[in-house]
Amino acid sequence: MNEPRWALWRAQLRAIIRLETKKTLFSRRGIWIYFLAFAPVLIFLFHSLYLMKTGQAGDIAEETHIFAGVFQLFFLRLAIFFGCVGIFMNLFRGEVLDKSLHYYFLAPVRRPVLLAGKFISGLLAASAIFGTSVLLQFAVVYWHFDSNTRQEYFLHGHGLAHLAAYLGVTLLACLGYGAVFLAAGVMFRNPLLPTAAVLVWEAINAILPAALQRISVIFYLKSLCPVLIPTEVSLDQGNPLGFIAMNPSPASTLTAIFGLLALSLVAIAFSSRQLRRMEIDYGAE
Amino acid sequence: MTERVSGNMNVAGPQTRIVFEEVSKFYGEVLGVNRVNLSIPPGITSLVGPNGSGKTTLMNLMTGLVRPSRGRISVLGMAPDDPERLFRVVGYCTQFDSFPRGLTGYDFIYSYLRLFGYPHAQSSEMAVRAIDRVSLADAAGRKIAGYSKGMRQRIKLAQAICHNPTVLVLDEPLNGLDPLIRAETIALFRTLAAEGLHLIISSHVLHEVDVISDQVVLLSNGYVVAEGKIQGVRDEIQEHPMQVLIRCDKPGELASQVFHEDYVVEARIHNDRQGVLVKTRDADRFYLLLNRIAQNGIEIESVAPADDDVLSVYEYLIGTEESTK
Repeated sequence: MNEPRWALWRAQLRAIIRLETKKTLFSRRGIWIYFLAFAPVLIFLFHSLYLMKTGQAGDIAEETHIFAGVFQLFFLRLAIFFGCVGIFMNLFRGEVLDKSLHYYFLAPVRRPVLLAGKFISGLLAASAIFGTSVLLQFAVVYWHFDSNTRQEYFLHGHGLAHLAAYLGVTLLACLGYGAVFLAAGVMFRNPLLPTAAVLVWEAINAILPAALQRISVIFYLKSLCPVLIPTEVSLDQGNPLGFIAMNPSPASTLTAIFGLLALSLVAIAFSSRQLRRMEIDYGAE
Repeated sequence: MTERVSGNMNVAGPQTRIVFEEVSKFYGEVLGVNRVNLSIPPGITSLVGPNGSGKTTLMNLMTGLVRPSRGRISVLGMAPDDPERLFRVVGYCTQFDSFPRGLTGYDFIYSYLRLFGYPHAQSSEMAVRAIDRVSLADAAGRKIAGYSKGMRQRIKLAQAICHNPTVLVLDEPLNGLDPLIRAETIALFRTLAAEGLHLIISSHVLHEVDVISDQVVLLSNGYVVAEGKIQGVRDEIQEHPMQVLIRCDKPGELASQVFHEDYVVEARIHNDRQGVLVKTRDADRFYLLLNRIAQNGIEIESVAPADDDVLSVYEYLIGTEESTK
């Protein structure tokens, strides 16, 4: 491959990313994603304010577990999941609904380059939204502690390491769910069916055979979360959905990272193949 | 299906032509076009036919928006499934009246040009030039969502010509334009064709394309029923005698002189009584006869074919019930 062609692809990628990132971040259609992403920030803020008002000291370990529970059960499984549905499934499907996809197809852009540009822009937007949310959640969940306790936790305890891990998991979640819903968006006309199917598949992941567990995003993400949530307690108490939090055979960190990357690559390669065959047929929508 | 008529569009090689070889396109069970063989030279070529005849399908096929179910297409020697090469030389103004959300006219053209890899300054300059060419400079900074139908049509045209293509495909490009802008746009088409471009224009308004086309492709129900220069196509239709309108000072005398010839089918005094409408099976012999008559005391003002326009040809080939407006 000669240098000018790479230079052209880079320029085209930049042009697509510039256009698409703006569209994704500032679209009125995507406002609900912000509500979903920043809902935990509000919950932790009210929690901290309540503790400060009532003068309760709080317990770092307890707050860490509360954060882990909200992160795994709400933020990963619902906020990022549906956020990625909204962002990535609409990268192509949204343009088909708007009847504007043909403008991209009429430009001298290879479809894999178009796919890469749109995916990267979706990933940047999702990472910016959900990454910012994680930072704010972390800031407010420990807000009610005095400064000495906070310094001790962040500088000498696990605070920074946990924050880095949660940010990393958030980024990988955007990558994994983004790739899956990108593929669903180029394959299905109705987004409800694939979304529901993936949601159920991810929910029952813990009770699937070990080999099938690996064909999911949540399996790898749970393995990378720095704090385990006490699932035995919720199961013992008869919580019928307690199995959702279970992770009976977690993968090692490296396996989890490479497993998720491999899963994402397969989904992206599938999307690329579908996109190369795609025809403009707005009438069928 | 009507028998296909050819008016000789073939002269140069495939590197300078748009070629369809046995191309068919089916949308599931529905026929788009069937067994199309075409070789389109430079100049203005009009695709003519009623709604659903296959005009847009042909355009979408040659620009790769849809893929043929069978057959092969080449645009100046390039395959339509190679967008990186194809859209350096092809511009397509589609019939879709929709745009990316939230963009101004300028942003729309500028963003499109950035996809070609052009740097900012060049994209900006080319966008301004294209917008100017379609007389939309005053509205360039406004959101497209607020444009009128005619303005949207023109900004699409600007998008199709902004990168200086050599093949311009225009699907119903005059729809929604007011008479003044329509005249300007037709003049622009003529200028572009004079610059050596291929202009492929679809229309269901026959008199519109009749004025501007170098050649036509007549379509009906997904089949090409005729192609070529319109006069050439007309000459090939043997079963319908050629109609010629002769303006002269003694129409009655002229009618009686031509009527006894066996190749003259009909001679009828025109409604305004200042000419004769003659139907003949042999135009060449009839014109020789006219020369002789002119030397024998009848003053002939003008002689003009009366049915070598697209409308007549279309009616002869397809039938009046299917004719377009």
